[in-house]
Amino acid sequence: MNRIIIGVTSFQGDVEEHLLASKMALGRMGIEGDAVSVKTPEEIERVDALIIPGGESTVMGRLAFFSKSLELIRQRILEGMPVMGTCAGLIMLAKRVYDRVVGEKKQQLIGVLDVTVERNSYGRQRESFETLIDLPSLGVSGFKAVFIRAPTIVEAGPQVEVLARLAERPIAVMQDNIIGTTFHPELSGSTALHELLIKKAQAFRAK
Amino acid sequence: MISLVGSQRELPGVRLERGYGVESLRGTTLVKRGFAHMLKHGVVMDVTSVEQAQIAEDAGAVAVMVLDKLPYDVRRAGGVARTASLRIIEEIMDHVTIPVMAKCRIGHTWEAKVLEEIGVDMIDESEVLTPADEERHIWKWDFTTPFVCGARDLGEALRRIEEGAAMIRTKGEPGTGNVAEAIRHMRILNNELRRIMILYQQGDDQELVKNARELRVSYELVLETARLGRLPVVNFAAGGIATPADAAMMMSLGCDGIFVGSGIFKSSDPELRASAIVLATTYWDRPEIVAEAQKMIDESKSMLGMDVKTLELRMQERGTG
Repeated sequence: MNRIIIGVTSFQGDVEEHLLASKMALGRMGIEGDAVSVKTPEEIERVDALIIPGGESTVMGRLAFFSKSLELIRQRILEGMPVMGTCAGLIMLAKRVYDRVVGEKKQQLIGVLDVTVERNSYGRQRESFETLIDLPSLGVSGFKAVFIRAPTIVEAGPQVEVLARLAERPIAVMQDNIIGTTFHPELSGSTALHELLIKKAQAFRAK
Repeated sequence: MISLVGSQRELPGVRLERGYGVESLRGTTLVKRGFAHMLKHGVVMDVTSVEQAQIAEDAGAVAVMVLDKLPYDVRRAGGVARTASLRIIEEIMDHVTIPVMAKCRIGHTWEAKVLEEIGVDMIDESEVLTPADEERHIWKWDFTTPFVCGARDLGEALRRIEEGAAMIRTKGEPGTGNVAEAIRHMRILNNELRRIMILYQQGDDQELVKNARELRVSYELVLETARLGRLPVVNFAAGGIATPADAAMMMSLGCDGIFVGSGIFKSSDPELRASAIVLATTYWDRPEIVAEAQKMIDESKSMLGMDVKTLELRMQERGTG
């Protein structure tokens, strides 16, 4: 069996959109595989790569901790499993997090990506927006990016590669096997970032 | 990718900004419906104070809905139910990191305007409050802030979407602690969806047009809904959910998430009950985990609830047009 299995954590958030985007990306790349939703340690154990979707990080953290998945996800990422976090998913991956209005909030994080993230950084839903961005290192331009009560990355460590910026701040980053975006690639129909994750999953499987 | 059906018109709520060194658009259909997508598999909890909002956030609520009174108390108080005090909504926005929603009266465009002005994340044009316009709902395309509206069947849901609602919830019967009506509305919606889906698969355009006329919405919207086999926006369950098993039941009927109104803060174990309902909503398809959630609550602490047949006020019959 060489099928690549992409898991999307289904504690909470826009799971189905990531499942669809992952399946589209597999199809476009002509790779045998599937995307499945995962919310227990047994399910998480079986995937070749993981996506943590958009939603509310406080909710996901709680449920991941409760189901004893949080520590497993952390371990598997440290062992090299590729992972992509979008918006709330990025917050889950970040080492340091605070909210723009409320400040430091006690919440469960995976804490593997060396960035500081400010939650609700652009303001409230009224200030949410869509725009076109470029991802130069992937050779992609005009990528429709949707920012929904989005966070920003205010600090990134030296091992973190910036894939895209908006108004000077990184909005898409990569640190080895970890991809994080402050926006929602799963809502826009462009699958460049999902394809990047799948390539990493193939390399991980080959090891 | 999400469906953008119905938004091919001029949208006054869309705003062009040049703030971040690029042109960006706020209030687009993608941004509004997208917000609702981020709530999926979650529980939105009704609250009336900062304290309740913090309990809800700590229990794993995906958002809070601010009201002046919980639906159960609205029933008991009688009189006119209006939008909550702006001061309390603002205070809650300053103390929780999750989205804050608030209710306005059906058809009361200016109650909605003030909620948008103070920055609530989503507005619920709700039958729990006293309707301000018996003839029409708010024209929600005029707003940058997304709206959620209640519905009892496919026609109501699609009419609200046609007016610009970015999210739908079943009406159920609010404030009763009785899930029966929410189940009924979801079953009706599912059956009606199934019917138009079959017509679409059979390519029966004439019947689809006839259905659109009966539902009093555009053919285009019916066609897209039939193609998708579900509502083109996120659909939550609401109205009478009081226990973890209630929440799991609604998720099993195909809802995208749950609103809990009086069920939590009218019980005598709100903290535990709130976390238990969150757990049962995510793990609805694992009976062993729903059982674990159900064990966290005590039935003697559930709100007493009411038989819907004996109600003087049926909130679900408000704003059906």
